[in-house]
Amino acid sequence: MKIAIIQFGGSNCDLDVLHVLQDVVGVDAELVWYKEENLNQYDGAIIPGGFSYGDYLRAGAIAARTPIMDAVKKMASEGKPVMGICNGFQILAESGLLDGALTTNKYPKFRCESTYLKVENTDTPFTSRFKKGEIVSIPIAHMEGNFYADENTLARLNENEQVVFRYADINGNVTDDVNPNGSQENIAGIVNANAKRNVIGLMPHPERASEAILRSNDGIKMFQSMVDHISKK
Amino acid sequence: MRYHAEVTIELKSGMLDPEGTTIKRALEHLGYQTERVSTAKKYMIELDAESADVATQKVDEMCQKLIANPIIHNYTIELEESK
Repeated sequence: MKIAIIQFGGSNCDLDVLHVLQDVVGVDAELVWYKEENLNQYDGAIIPGGFSYGDYLRAGAIAARTPIMDAVKKMASEGKPVMGICNGFQILAESGLLDGALTTNKYPKFRCESTYLKVENTDTPFTSRFKKGEIVSIPIAHMEGNFYADENTLARLNENEQVVFRYADINGNVTDDVNPNGSQENIAGIVNANAKRNVIGLMPHPERASEAILRSNDGIKMFQSMVDHISKK
Repeated sequence: MRYHAEVTIELKSGMLDPEGTTIKRALEHLGYQTERVSTAKKYMIELDAESADVATQKVDEMCQKLIANPIIHNYTIELEESK
């Protein structure tokens, strides 16, 4: 099993994800530069956080249109798991693999802090190790994390149980007070519409919450779930 | 023929414009009362095409494929022959 970590100019959480996969989870993973057009040898992919192409045009817009994203789309269509974290979520939304768009935070400031998330769906390749309704602590670090979708799309996301994480308080209350960026209905992460739910995007950084020394290791369950899912095949 | 296109990208009406809101607030600090401040981005594109129609169509495709995000943006295109 081997997981690809897609590296664009301006990615900056790539090495953190590599460290967590190799040294904490213990799975084979490697960095793949964005010029690569073939990802057939990999069983899954993670698009890490950062500021690809300096966030020019819109966060994620340029990276979403590079050739490697055609290879990522191919992986997704084959049912392989693809995870986009922060800028990775922005890239997946811009590429059309996920619904909606990530716009400027309601209070237009870069927010880097701990957040609590409510796990809404555990029936995905990335969340099987969580309990439904579990509250997890995973930090955010972004300025364009304000999730927006039109009314119909939002209704479908809810109906189809595509919302995976919502910002909540420690008791699981999903309120405006704990919404760090103005996201509709406190949405922090979603999966694709496909029944396989094999593409996920989330603004919080699970790789920054994968070891006890970092105050939370809740995030590691996402990577472990992904590895479980690949192993089962 | 060479054309000069100006593409203006705006947020769809009803969408939050945090940058505009912040500028409005800063203007208030300076003593200016405004009804609304909203932001837009403008891109200037020079291109060659057989006619103004073809040029407009090309720029429209560019907007749909890259320059605008149809989920959140409206855009307008103004085109003239390059001087």
